[in-house]
Amino acid sequence: MTDALWYFARGSGVVSLLLLTVVVALGIGSRSGRPAFGLPRFAVSLLHRNAALLAIVFLVGHVLSLLFDPYAQLRLLDTVLPFAGHYRPVWQGLGTLGFDLLVALVGTSLLRHRLGARVWRTVHWLAYLCWPVALLHGLGTGTDNGTWWLWAISIACVVVVVAALAWRISPNFSRFPARADRAVAPRLRPHLEEVK
Amino acid sequence: MRLHIDWTACDGRGVCTELLTEMLTEDDWGFPVLRNGDTVPPPLDGAARRAVDRCPMLALRLVT
Ligand code: SF4
Repeated sequence: MTDALWYFARGSGVVSLLLLTVVVALGIGSRSGRPAFGLPRFAVSLLHRNAALLAIVFLVGHVLSLLFDPYAQLRLLDTVLPFAGHYRPVWQGLGTLGFDLLVALVGTSLLRHRLGARVWRTVHWLAYLCWPVALLHGLGTGTDNGTWWLWAISIACVVVVVAALAWRISPNFSRFPARADRAVAPRLRPHLEEVK
Repeated sequence: MRLHIDWTACDGRGVCTELLTEMLTEDDWGFPVLRNGDTVPPPLDGAARRAVDRCPMLALRLVT
């Protein structure tokens, strides 16, 4: 039984990382004015939300199993206060920090109609901190750190996010729909490019 | 129930026109245009709520 908790903690941690990678890539995609990943815009947006909620479910499982695991000896305090743990405090602390950030991200998203677009969007930038923190936490702690398969998964996740980021900062990424040129006179088009 | 579009917030990203095609169409710049007035017919309640929920700029509101 005690081993089962440890196995579950590792598995759910890896699944969370994969889900968060999908969430980040879709989040970047949903910023685009054109359909991303071959999906309609609303589908990108819904997948982004649902994958994030699923990630939270797996993360709660991850944390709960470690709370009851006799080896990890996680205290309740360690689930909210980073860098105070006994077992590899820095790497574990990164996990706590990532979890806190994710709770803030999801919480503000669920309340965004009350908070207003500006507050919600500002907090949402924390995603770019949350994901690397989660990645480092996975690489630095646990039984599986240093195994070839965890490295492979981590590298694949980095490739996906870096590719999405490269696309986002590339010149043909636009926040505005690609249709705009259609109704613009040819002689005005160069100016339109500047506006984008 | 009526659908209110906040034009100062809307970015013309077209999520709402995908979800609420029955009520909204896109102009040439991708901004939503009401097809037939802003009253939401009862069968479209769910679709309208989803459009409000998914608008990335929080530009849509339902007013009763
Ligand atoms: S989803 Fe929101 S931002 Fe996009 S076109 Fe509709 S109202 Fe405008």
